[in-house]
Amino acid sequence: MTLKQENRRLSRRLGVVAVVMFGFAFALVPFYNQICVALGINNLDQPSVVTNTQVDRSRTVTIELDSNAHNMPWRFRPLVGHVTVHPGEITMVEYEIVNVREAPVTGQAVPSYGPQRAGEYFQKVECFCFTQQTLAAGETRRMPVVFVVDPKLPRDVETIALSYTFFEVAGRGGKI
Amino acid sequence: MSAVVHDHGHAHDDHHHGPYGGIMRWVTTTNHKDIGTMYLWFSFAMFSIGGLMAVGIRLELFTPGLQFVDPDFFNQLTTMHGLIMVFGAIMPVFVGFANWQIPMMIGAPDMAFARLNNWSFWLLPFAATLLVLSFFMPGGAPGVGWTMYAPLTVQMGIGMDLTIFAVHLLGMSSILGSINIITTILNMRAPGMTLMRMPLFVWTWLITAYLLVAAMPVLAGAVTMTLTDRHFGTTFFNAAGGGDPVLYQHIFWFFGHPEVYIIALPGFGVISQVIPAFSRKPLFGYASMVYATSAIAIISFIVWAHHMYTVGMPVTGQLFFMYATMIIAVPTGVKVFNWVATMWKGSITFETPMLFALGFLFMFTLGGFTGLVLSVVPIDIQMHDTYYVVAHFHYVMVAGALFAAFAGVYFWLPKWTGNMYNETLGKWHFWLTLIFFNMIFFVQHFLGLAGMPRRIPDYPLMFETWNKISSIGAFGMGLAQLLFLYIVIQTIRGGVKAPQKPWEGADSLEWTHLPTPAPYHTFEVQPVIK
Repeated sequence: MTLKQENRRLSRRLGVVAVVMFGFAFALVPFYNQICVALGINNLDQPSVVTNTQVDRSRTVTIELDSNAHNMPWRFRPLVGHVTVHPGEITMVEYEIVNVREAPVTGQAVPSYGPQRAGEYFQKVECFCFTQQTLAAGETRRMPVVFVVDPKLPRDVETIALSYTFFEVAGRGGKI
Repeated sequence: MSAVVHDHGHAHDDHHHGPYGGIMRWVTTTNHKDIGTMYLWFSFAMFSIGGLMAVGIRLELFTPGLQFVDPDFFNQLTTMHGLIMVFGAIMPVFVGFANWQIPMMIGAPDMAFARLNNWSFWLLPFAATLLVLSFFMPGGAPGVGWTMYAPLTVQMGIGMDLTIFAVHLLGMSSILGSINIITTILNMRAPGMTLMRMPLFVWTWLITAYLLVAAMPVLAGAVTMTLTDRHFGTTFFNAAGGGDPVLYQHIFWFFGHPEVYIIALPGFGVISQVIPAFSRKPLFGYASMVYATSAIAIISFIVWAHHMYTVGMPVTGQLFFMYATMIIAVPTGVKVFNWVATMWKGSITFETPMLFALGFLFMFTLGGFTGLVLSVVPIDIQMHDTYYVVAHFHYVMVAGALFAAFAGVYFWLPKWTGNMYNETLGKWHFWLTLIFFNMIFFVQHFLGLAGMPRRIPDYPLMFETWNKISSIGAFGMGLAQLLFLYIVIQTIRGGVKAPQKPWEGADSLEWTHLPTPAPYHTFEVQPVIK
């Protein structure tokens, strides 16, 4: 084989390596998600498995409900501002969204908690944030959140702010 | 064919024609020396632009409060300073060295793919233009930090798209250049030049080129995902569609940490040529240097998350990345000890290249130590995004890579131009750079320890003294580089003629086999290495 052919062969092989590594960047996406599932981190939009249903009647926790729509044509609000619950008690609250755009819109809600460390004790059994929501033009929808506050919640936490932010899923055009 | 042309051909010998005249020489050249020169000048231009941005940053930070630039423009300056210095200045300068030196050091006539080499270079000015143009777009240049973290990148204006395309072009240029370098080194060495006889500069570039081929495409993937998130409705990093901004950080730093060594390793190579030459002793522990370099390259792929201890990863993850990071200190330590052992009982003289090499040795080791401090998880959580980190990486990037580049320029300038540079001015350049560099960055350790956050255009009054000193250092270091430009131009234009081997202890092929200045074409007949 001449030098020219050898050079070409080596450069082709190195080119394949570069292309494979480009693909590897995209392969990191499912890999990362699997790691998160396996290690149980970052599972905001997964239903919790409630193991302890013992109700702790010795104290109450106030859950403050908050809602935001991030650059979205949606009116999004909780039906009540706050509820008071005993840890371990199964509770349901409702939120309402109104799509004010003359077209269907798809959105995804992302929950967050204040204080942040309360998040791991706030177990959502049913939540509209588990799936994307698509509303037809002008549609109004009420959606439940069913949750249990883990009785292991540290005693100094007396109030938990549950805040949902809806983001528009761009490019979806209201289709699921 | 006329007799005149025939004579002309005889006088030059068919294969030994010179370059075309004028601008077309540089546009069309496939000569590794011309392309190396263009890389070096390009990176100096970028170094000047990025340096001006740094001066802008330090000007704003000279006193507390907002004086010269608004915070948004400050963010754009820090972002573009980082991108331009990393991708426009430091990476191309070592590709310039590779182009000039690798064929001469291994006894090859040119690079393996000469025309591809030309194209690799000419992608760079277009990428740089895109980067600079982004300042003039609506919304300005991206102010997201050089790491281009989501979700900010998803929200920026059109300047972000220009930056993404610039990164694509820069990546393409690096990958093509690396394929060229690997092919040249593996296939085109002179007879007898076995792998373990190659000068260490060639070895470090071989390993760097492999790192580039493996890491740059991952960055291309990350910015491509950002691009499709911005315009095509994907949600890789957008929480709304089930994406995750932390995922971006993982992908970016999977590229980003090898990138740190892509910048550092060729500098190690230059230092490994300079220190033996001025100690008049062969490099101590050649084989261990090769193995240490390879070990650094391999380990660099499993330490990326030490840049992101604070994202909320499991403790097990933090421990893994902490210990992996600490392990890198072992091969790096091997290299530092080998350089010191090379000088031990050597007959040392202190010309400018050696001064820069010694400056490198002290300052880079200091930067390595602060890196080791930062690898400790609880300390890093305290120091994360403070000026301590800024000081750390400028010690390895500037006093490491940039000092190595200066050492290399002064070391090889006689061979490239045929003239000796002005030794007195060179020494002035070294001492000014060293003193002002430490004025800028040593005090930033104190600022970081006291809690001053990076990337913020304002600060509390208590930080004022150190910030003033740091800013004065920055202005001084900027001016000192004008002296460097003057020295280089003066050397190109004339001066004392350099002998074939101006450095007594230098022993690689360009000194022992080639006249000074190096002819336009070299080693068309490969030498046999005994």
